Amino acid sequence: MNAIQIIKNGIVKENPTFVLMLGMCPTLATTTSAGNGMSMGLATMAVLICTNVVISCLKSVTPDKVRIPVFIVVIAAFVTLLQMVIKAYLPEVDASLGLFIPLIVVNCIILGRAEAFAAKNSPVASLFDGIGIGLGFTLGLTLLGMCRELLGSGSIFGFTLIPETYNILLFVLPPGAFITLGFLIAIVNKIRN
Amino acid sequence: MKKLESSLLNMVLVLTGVAVIMGGILAFVNHLTEGPIADQKAKALADGIKSVMCVDDLQVANTDTVKQTDAKGKELIYVIYETKDAQGHELGAAVESTTGGFGGNLKVLVGFNTEGQILGYTLLEHAETPGLGAKADKWFQKGEKGDIIGLTPAQPLTVSKDGGKVDAITASTITSRAFLLAVNNAYNAYKAAPIDAESGATKKSE
Repeated sequence: MNAIQIIKNGIVKENPTFVLMLGMCPTLATTTSAGNGMSMGLATMAVLICTNVVISCLKSVTPDKVRIPVFIVVIAAFVTLLQMVIKAYLPEVDASLGLFIPLIVVNCIILGRAEAFAAKNSPVASLFDGIGIGLGFTLGLTLLGMCRELLGSGSIFGFTLIPETYNILLFVLPPGAFITLGFLIAIVNKIRN
Repeated sequence: MKKLESSLLNMVLVLTGVAVIMGGILAFVNHLTEGPIADQKAKALADGIKSVMCVDDLQVANTDTVKQTDAKGKELIYVIYETKDAQGHELGAAVESTTGGFGGNLKVLVGFNTEGQILGYTLLEHAETPGLGAKADKWFQKGEKGDIIGLTPAQPLTVSKDGGKVDAITASTITSRAFLLAVNNAYNAYKAAPIDAESGATKKSE
């Protein structure tokens, strides 16, 4: 597989949100607005690219029986690193998503890609897999966030489009996340097939 | 390339090695970001004091820490920043107050004038749900639905659900209650605090 195919695979064929259905917890929790969803997607993508490359480099020196602990140590280290960088240089992101950043450690997309892709492929291929899956996740979260923000708060990325009287609060609440995600999965899969 | 055999020695060595290297990288980045993070916090506090007092040109004349124990035996700490304007007139104080919100500690900074009227507030730290409780940063501001600016919490402020006059954030009553409790506590801490600007004054200039 070449780079373009790997990236396309991550966005379309194995889209983590709509096809693999991985990382549902941050997907449902952080997509109250398009901006939040996109920030979470990009943060996860940054971690995923780093861990994929490092784990792929380490694959030949990692004994099989301790591979999961090794992956987790690498993942936890990169997430903590990201958290420190966000706290230091992006205080706005920290204010809106600070709570969810440490939870990227247990995001199953990261461990899933480490096990399913990075542990079997070259560092370069793993880099592109990280970009592809990361973009797919970001796209999924942004789309979900856009739908929920438009229906629930009447705006997209903070720009008000619908007056407040017509807002359906439910869509910003947790049940709205499930409903919107369900419809989006159905629509995306209809288009894909 | 052949994988390393899963012998005890290999496993211990690899896992320890990875942990040590990652620990080293973390320590290094922590060292790099420590300064900027502390700066961000200090800047957020200085900006916060200015914004809650609704004055740009002010000095923190006196910083006072008040400790109280609540009904459950938990120690509560209030930090009172008494402020003066450039000419030395007393403006009142910005009070830092913490309560338990919906997702964790809710730390607010409330500005009071000398009579105890609320001038402004800002959230310093919170772990409320994005899009719901996190809206507290705007909800209670002037002209918004839960406007508390100009009120005096001599009678504790409560949400309308509890018989008060402040509108709670839609679907975030717990956050709203925690927020108003923090404001009420801040008022009490401020009013009970000794108004002695001379004792233990730590002069700080902005």
